[in-house]
Amino acid sequence: MFMQEMDWRPLILSIRVAIIATVVVTCLGVPLTRLMARREFWGKDFLEAAITLPMVLPPSVVGYGLLMLIGKNGLLGKTLAELGLTLVFTWYAAVIASTVVAFPLMYQSAKAAFKSVDVNLEKAARTLGASEMRIFFTVTLPLAWPGILAGLVLTFARALGEFGATLMVAGNIPGQTQTIPTAIYFAVESGKNVMAKTLVAVITVFSFCVIFWINRWAKKQKY
Amino acid sequence: MLEVSLTKRLWHFTLDVQLRVANQILILLGPSGSGKTTILQILAGLLNPDEGFIKLNDRIIYSSSKKINSSPQARNIGYLFQNYALFPHMTVRQNVSYGLKCQNKKQGESTVDPVKILDSFGIGHLIDRYPGQLSGGEKQRVALARALVVEPELLLLDEPFSALDKNTKISLRQEVKKLHKHWQIPFILVTHDEEDAQILGDITISLENGQCVGNSLKVVVAS
Repeated sequence: MFMQEMDWRPLILSIRVAIIATVVVTCLGVPLTRLMARREFWGKDFLEAAITLPMVLPPSVVGYGLLMLIGKNGLLGKTLAELGLTLVFTWYAAVIASTVVAFPLMYQSAKAAFKSVDVNLEKAARTLGASEMRIFFTVTLPLAWPGILAGLVLTFARALGEFGATLMVAGNIPGQTQTIPTAIYFAVESGKNVMAKTLVAVITVFSFCVIFWINRWAKKQKY
Repeated sequence: MLEVSLTKRLWHFTLDVQLRVANQILILLGPSGSGKTTILQILAGLLNPDEGFIKLNDRIIYSSSKKINSSPQARNIGYLFQNYALFPHMTVRQNVSYGLKCQNKKQGESTVDPVKILDSFGIGHLIDRYPGQLSGGEKQRVALARALVVEPELLLLDEPFSALDKNTKISLRQEVKKLHKHWQIPFILVTHDEEDAQILGDITISLENGQCVGNSLKVVVAS
C-alpha cells in the first residue's frame, strides 16, 4: 500500500543527472584547471571569475541566464531549435543546470589540489626522461587525486541537490524532469507528507553513505 | 666533458658562466641567492639562458646561435634536488625504476639493475618503503640511485648534504666520492659549505667573489 503510493522516478532521475553532471564536470574541469593552474595567458582572471560566478549567484539567476542561452528563443536554443532539438523542459536541461552550478566546486578543489603538487617532482620526472603526458598521469594526477576526489564529492552532492536553476530550465514534469529536490518541494506544497519524508530520508542516507565511504577510502591512502 | 658558455639576466645581476669540466667534481660555492641553483637548472634544461651554448660529450644540447634547445628529457643529465624530490606516492623501487620505464630501451639493454644499485648503496632492505618512511640520509641515497640508474652523462647535485646531520654528511661525502670514481662522469655540486669543497672538489668556483666584482658573475675554468 505504502510502496504503491511512492513514486521512485525522481530518485532514479536525480542520480542519473548527478552522475552525468559529475562526469562532465570532471572531464572538462580537471584538464581546464590543470591548464589554468600552471599557465598565464591574457584574460585568465576574467575566465576564472566567469567560471566561479555560478557558485555565488542565486540559482534563479543562473537559471534565468541558462534560459536566455538554451531557451526556445535563446542564443543557442534558437539554432538548436532549427535543427529540431529542444533542451528546455527535458532532463538534459537538468544535467546542464547541475553541471554549470557544480563546476566551480570542482574548479576550486582541483585548482588547490594541482597547486599543492611540488613542481620539483615534475622537474625531477623531466630530468629522468618522462614525457609531459607521462608526468601528468604518473606524478601530478596521483598526487592531486585526494583534492580532485573532494571536488568530485562536492560536485556530485551539489548536482544531486540542485533545485533553483533546474526548476527554471527543466521544470517539474513528473517522470520526465522531476528530480528529488523538486519532488520534495511539490510534495510538501500539495500535502503529500509521506512522499516528502521518504525522499528526504533516502537522499540524506544516500548522501551520508557516499561521503562516509569516500572519507574512509581517502584515509586508507598509504603516503 | 662538459663545455658551457652562457649568460642570463637575473633580478639583480647577470649570470655569466664559462665552464669546462672533464670527468671531475666541480664545486660551485656561494651563499644562497648567488645563482648556483639557477646554473644547475639551466644545465638541466629546466630554465632557459638568454644566450650561449652547452656542449656535453660532443653533443650540443643548447645553442642560442644555432637555435638548439634540447628538452630536459633528451639531455641525459642527472639532477639531485635539494629536497630530494622523491615521488611520495611511489615505493623506493618504483622511484628508482621510474627513469628506466621512461626510456624506451629494450629488455636487457640497460646495464644498471635498480635492485643492484640500491644494494650497493646499502639500502636494498628499504626497497618496498615509501619516502615518508625514510631518514634524510636514506632519502639522499634513494635520490642518488634514481638519478644514476638511467646512466646520465653528467650529474648535478643541489646542496646534497645541507639537510643532513654531521655524521651522515661525512659518510655521504665519501659515498659521493666513491660514486664519482665508479661512474666517471662530471659531477657539479652546488653548496654553501666550504668543507664540501675542501673534501670533494677537484675544482672549486666561488660565486661570491664574482658577484662582488661589478655586480656580475664571471665563472671561468679551464681544466
